Amino acid sequence: MDKIELRVMKLTAGMLAIFLLALLYASYARNVGMPACVPYSGVFSKPHLQQIDSNTYEAFFVAKMWSFEPSDVYVPAGSDVDIYLTSSDVVHGFNISEKAVNLMAVPGAINKKTVHFEKAGIYKIVCHEYCGIGHHSMEGEIIVYDKTK
Amino acid sequence: MTISKSLKNILLIELLLPTFLLLIGVYHGLMQVIYRSGMIHSQKELHLDYYQGLTLHGVINAVVLTTFFAVAFGHACMSFFLGKEPGKKASWLSLWMMVAGTIMAAWAMLAGKASVLYTFYAPLKAHPLFYLGTLILVVGSWVAFFDWVVLYKRWCKENPGKPLPLAILGTLVNFTVWFVCTLAVGYEIIVLLLPWSMGYTTDINIPLSRMLFWFFGHALVYFWLLPAYVMFYTMLPKLAGGKLYSENAGRLSFFLFLILSIPVGVHHQFSEPAFTPSTKLFQSILTFGVALPSFITAFTLAASLEYAAWKRGARGLFGWMAKLPYLDKNNGLFGYLICGMILFIFGGLTGIINSSYTLNAMVHNTAWMPGHFHMTVAGPVFLAIIGMSMHIISSITGKEIKFKGLYTLTPYLWMFGILIFSFGLMWGGLIGEPRRTDLGMTYLNPDSPLFRSDWVKTTGMALFGGIIMTIAFIFYFTSIMGTILGKRVKERAIEFPVAEPLHNEKHIAIFHTFKPWLAIMAVVIVLAYTPAIANALKNTGRGAPPYNPDSAIPVTIKNELK
Ligand code: HEM
Ligand SMILES: [Cu+2]
Ligand SMILES: [Cu+2]
Repeated sequence: MDKIELRVMKLTAGMLAIFLLALLYASYARNVGMPACVPYSGVFSKPHLQQIDSNTYEAFFVAKMWSFEPSDVYVPAGSDVDIYLTSSDVVHGFNISEKAVNLMAVPGAINKKTVHFEKAGIYKIVCHEYCGIGHHSMEGEIIVYDKTK
Repeated sequence: MTISKSLKNILLIELLLPTFLLLIGVYHGLMQVIYRSGMIHSQKELHLDYYQGLTLHGVINAVVLTTFFAVAFGHACMSFFLGKEPGKKASWLSLWMMVAGTIMAAWAMLAGKASVLYTFYAPLKAHPLFYLGTLILVVGSWVAFFDWVVLYKRWCKENPGKPLPLAILGTLVNFTVWFVCTLAVGYEIIVLLLPWSMGYTTDINIPLSRMLFWFFGHALVYFWLLPAYVMFYTMLPKLAGGKLYSENAGRLSFFLFLILSIPVGVHHQFSEPAFTPSTKLFQSILTFGVALPSFITAFTLAASLEYAAWKRGARGLFGWMAKLPYLDKNNGLFGYLICGMILFIFGGLTGIINSSYTLNAMVHNTAWMPGHFHMTVAGPVFLAIIGMSMHIISSITGKEIKFKGLYTLTPYLWMFGILIFSFGLMWGGLIGEPRRTDLGMTYLNPDSPLFRSDWVKTTGMALFGGIIMTIAFIFYFTSIMGTILGKRVKERAIEFPVAEPLHNEKHIAIFHTFKPWLAIMAVVIVLAYTPAIANALKNTGRGAPPYNPDSAIPVTIKNELK
């Protein structure tokens, strides 16, 4: 291997290191985290929404062929929502594109992600993993309303 | 180099069977873009529904075609570069197993009993013959590999001290990775899925089954890619009229693939529960490592091409790009490889985006993903496969390539189509289009409450690109049919354009032995996968029974009988 070649390899390794640092920065300093890992318990198979304090909610979603339960969730603008997610049958997806919330609903395991909803609006939840013949109609909503109005 | 009749027949079957199956594979590709764009709002056309078609599309294009080709190309490389034909018994056994496996899986898919997509994620359940067929196809490819190892050992004994030809190194690395990774999916099929799909066990651990699948699944993408890399290193520089800039770079890249192809599978599971963030982060870092050999390859090949262009009289910093034999009708293979490489620039860069787990949350399982991997598997991989299939068929039958104009034009048209198609899909993915979804039924159906008007333009773009790709494939198919139906005009033989190294290279001992690399491979896999297995076992609360895709009630043997 000649000099130019070694130089290019070092440059590439350096570039990949920069990508990696950017990734670590985003995840630790800016908190763009991965879903958290929550131990399994039967509690999570009961779909419901629960208010913790004035702007914190816990939403327990259960994905099933072919809907989300609860299928629509109302929270005021400015809330933090802890989303817990599992599936009661096959594997499903849970994607809120505007918020980059991208989770898999896997039977026997619990997924969790905390999302902050600043702006009022209707946030669509789309199932983005094939889950059988009704997959293309599996959708839910999180409705973020304006408290002042 | 002349070859025996038996090997000629094996190669012909192994290359032509998937070529014919591609008619089904590409047909469904076209149907998918049509359904997705909302042109039709029906579940079924010609008795095949979207998800059944998508299963056929994935299995035929990404598993059957690629495996048959890798074995055929391996046979051809062994014969040509080692001067040793594979054993007759082993190679026929391997072929029959692969054919039998394909027929079993094809039956299950066409009968509508396996509409579970090519990743067969449990707890969706397919017919047991679907799993079994896939497994037999894989084991058939092992048989060919075991035979090559024998050839390789014999060659080493006969040629002490001689460097192993790079093409053989690449092929052996590829099948070593393939063998190891398919052990995991073999375990998934034999221990978890088969007994469960036949009713002997009631439930299985889903995170574990997914982890085993992706242990295999990421290495699978390198299994697709490495035959193309072998062509890039050992043939492309010659086709361009030059030499390989550095052979040692090629050896290093292949060995890096050996150690890093497998321990990165969890990067397909960033969005999943059960695996802890640290398990995911570790494999995310290793994934950056496996980008290194691709960068090395890009540099070495660009340097080789630049050298070739200089020899052709190119001047200036970028002048070399214009001075390559792009549309030379007697050098069609060059176009297939160069278009593949151009697509892979985009395929590789989007791959780095996917493997950064923070960005992955934006794109995972959206239409972005098929946008990305049609620039890898349907880009360099597919173009190398069809270009090389034509090359081998033409040389072993002694027939001249027919419709050379169409043949030469195909890769450029295909590349143009893919760029539009993938742009549409990736844009769609960024604005939320899910993948693996019959969008025409709901999201792209103006009569549905789920209608999304913002996805009309993106799915329309994918449709437009998909139509161009289909036309390109028809060009290729016409040309290959013309070729096999033509008359023999030359000796039957295997010929490859062989690129010599440009420099007189230093002999670096570590690049000429497998052992240390195999040891590192084992260590890295254990390090990466021990925590993953522990996570899957510890964090899974209950197993899951099997489901048919058309019912929310789990399958039990009693239900089946009713
Ligand atoms: C005319 C050519 C083609 C067209 C129009 C096409 C179109 C598509 C589309 C639209 C999808 C996504 C479907 C969805 O997610 O709902 C898809 C998936 C896929 N395509 Fe293609 N494709 C073509 C050729 C190929 C080729 C040549 C290969 C490989 C060699 C390939 C491999 C795949 C794979 C592996 C998938 C993923 C299947 C899955 O998600 O289960 N495609 N194709
Ligand atoms: Cu779904
Ligand atoms: Cu991967």
